[in-house]
Amino acid sequence: MQASQNKKNEQMLTSDGIPLKKKLSKSLFRSRLRAFGLVTPLLLLISIGFVFPILVFLTRGIYNDTFEKYMVNLTPVLAEWNGISEPTEEMFEALVLDLVWLKETKNIGKVASRMNREMSGSRSLFTSSARKAKKLEAPYKESLIKVKKKWGDLETWRAMKVTSHSLTPVFLASALDMKYTAEGSFIQKSEDRRIHVKLFIRTLEISLIVVIAGLILGYPVAFLLANLPIRISNLLLILVLLPFWTSLLVRTTAWIAMLQGQGVLNDLFVVFGIATDEDRFTLIYNKAGTLISMTHILLPFMILPIYSVMKTIPPSYVRAAKSMGATNWTAFWRIYFPQTIPGIGAGAILVFILAISFYITPALVGGQDGTMISNFIDYHMRKSLNWSLAAAMGGVLLVIILFLYWIYDRVVGIDNMKLG
Amino acid sequence: MANNSFVKFENVQKSYDGETLVVKDLNLEIPKGEFLTMLGPSGSGKTTCLMMLAGFETATQGIISLGGNPINNIPPHKRGIGMVFQNYALFPHMTVYENLSFPLEVRKLPKRIREEKIKRALDMVQMNEFGNRRPAQLSGGQQQRIALARSLVFEPELVLMDEPLGALDKQLREHMQYEIKHLHEKLGVTVVYVTHDQTEALTMSDRVAVFNDGVIQQLASPPNLYEKPENAFVAQFIGENNKIIAQVVDVKGSVVTAKTLKGNLLKSKKVNCDTVGSKTTLSIRPERINVGVKGENTSEAEVLELIYIGDHIRCRMNVEGDENFIVKIPNAKKVSNLKIGLKTKVSWATDDCRALDRLA
Repeated sequence: MQASQNKKNEQMLTSDGIPLKKKLSKSLFRSRLRAFGLVTPLLLLISIGFVFPILVFLTRGIYNDTFEKYMVNLTPVLAEWNGISEPTEEMFEALVLDLVWLKETKNIGKVASRMNREMSGSRSLFTSSARKAKKLEAPYKESLIKVKKKWGDLETWRAMKVTSHSLTPVFLASALDMKYTAEGSFIQKSEDRRIHVKLFIRTLEISLIVVIAGLILGYPVAFLLANLPIRISNLLLILVLLPFWTSLLVRTTAWIAMLQGQGVLNDLFVVFGIATDEDRFTLIYNKAGTLISMTHILLPFMILPIYSVMKTIPPSYVRAAKSMGATNWTAFWRIYFPQTIPGIGAGAILVFILAISFYITPALVGGQDGTMISNFIDYHMRKSLNWSLAAAMGGVLLVIILFLYWIYDRVVGIDNMKLG
Repeated sequence: MANNSFVKFENVQKSYDGETLVVKDLNLEIPKGEFLTMLGPSGSGKTTCLMMLAGFETATQGIISLGGNPINNIPPHKRGIGMVFQNYALFPHMTVYENLSFPLEVRKLPKRIREEKIKRALDMVQMNEFGNRRPAQLSGGQQQRIALARSLVFEPELVLMDEPLGALDKQLREHMQYEIKHLHEKLGVTVVYVTHDQTEALTMSDRVAVFNDGVIQQLASPPNLYEKPENAFVAQFIGENNKIIAQVVDVKGSVVTAKTLKGNLLKSKKVNCDTVGSKTTLSIRPERINVGVKGENTSEAEVLELIYIGDHIRCRMNVEGDENFIVKIPNAKKVSNLKIGLKTKVSWATDDCRALDRLA
């Protein structure tokens, strides 16, 4: 075996006596290094400016150490507590110690708002108790309950126990309208507080409708572009691309001017008697407005991949089908259409993924029932400052997209996609 | 229905832009069962004629009839004409079997009959084992056969072929030429074949229509086309040809006497040259010329180049001031006498030299 291998190696030498394999990998290594060198700047930019921050931020969805970091004394004591028995004097003492220290270091606000997310109303409980904590004397249990009755509630302590875990599914549960209890189980929130799941479903629904509407509107346009003489089709292609050169904000506000109650479209409806002056259509600040403007904005992303695929289909296929006796419709449906599926697949997934994370347009024209999940993520980022929940919702959205992508791959096949 | 005009073009004209005619006043009758080739350089209007017959282009003027009925206003899918395309146009998303099944499905034939016909068509081109392959998994020659089988599977009376062998390499092309020819003989189907390859046209056809400039220059059987070209274009386009420019000095019956630029008097057959005094192109095939001997027509010659081809020697000579005068000399012993620079004589029979129109 060894001998034969040696013999084989001996045969495969280059003219200067170096084994061929070694020489080959050496020469390939150089060209690979050069290729890698070319992409390095972009790779660095993407990893530092994009991938890394996203990963760091997404960890906030499952990791929040505010409590553990500031409640140094209470956290280990809470870990020992079973969450059912009456809180002990030892626990109260640790709490008071932490409150005093938080007041001195002016960090009480951070912990108070973190606690407030777990149990609403606990912000004032923490801030007011901290103000008086320095004067409290043993037994701490009684004196603390005297300051605020709520300290006697088992629920308050349970909430603190849940919050004391830094690595926690609390935010993920909340993103899916559930509550994570001290016992480690998930329960659904009460009906009137469930909003996220509804919003996720609405986001998927809007994205799907935008994809279908884009397909219905875009397919004939792509067909026209692919089959017109090159001079006319280039001109039309510029018209398709024109929106790309206009700011997204401008296009959205243009739709406001078009769709609003006293807008262009409604005026036309009144002129043609489709609507009366008093009873105009509500086309904006609702789902309809979001759908109309998103379909318009995302239409080029549907047209271009389909167009580029159609461009590669020679007219002889349809001619061949017709020469064999197929009617125009049969030739289209059985011969032409199947060959455009890669373009449809690419366009659909492109539009869907862009639509699912659409933000500015629904924020401006969506109103109440036209907002999408990204608007809520934005709300938690900038208004409520609950970054952990925002990260958890973003994570859920990412998982949904990856899941749909996986399904798409199973059903249609990613290789079956052609962007141009 | 007259048997000798299964397909008929009557005064057909075609223009794309309303300014120039791509096809000028075409009249052509094709009898049933004939293999007719439309031969011509690109842009000569041959493919346009084929597309008008298939129904993908409309005739600007004139009538095209099939089996005695005008088909100008019948859409392509109702004409029942089989067609083989230049790049085969096999549907890439279907298997070979599905490709062949398609024309039968649109005719709503029952499954049992479909299977039978597909099997017969695949047998015909010896491709029965490839039914489950996709076109991309076949070689060029195999794709060509499938395209052929697909155009014949629904048993059309007329099959059009638009340069079907253009994409194949030389050897395969020659092989397929015989196969298509034999298939035509076996099935008796009428074939209209378009090509720009003159060898292909001569090999396969019953008759060849040579197109140039939107006009049929000559419509004849292959031997007649080669032996008796009617004008300078056909003589030049079909096979190799030596041209001597001369002035007509005498016309007696079918014999024309013409004076070359060097003052030599040559006799040739009258084909379509004008009266005495006009210029003419004398056309002689390279293989009809004798070297070193005197004949009916003799001319001085100087050997300029010798190219060894194998079965013959290609000899470039200066004859009557033309430095591209080619003589094909069969590879025999006397060839060794020829040397570059040798001054000798060339001669040819009057019957082999044809006085044609003056070539621009």
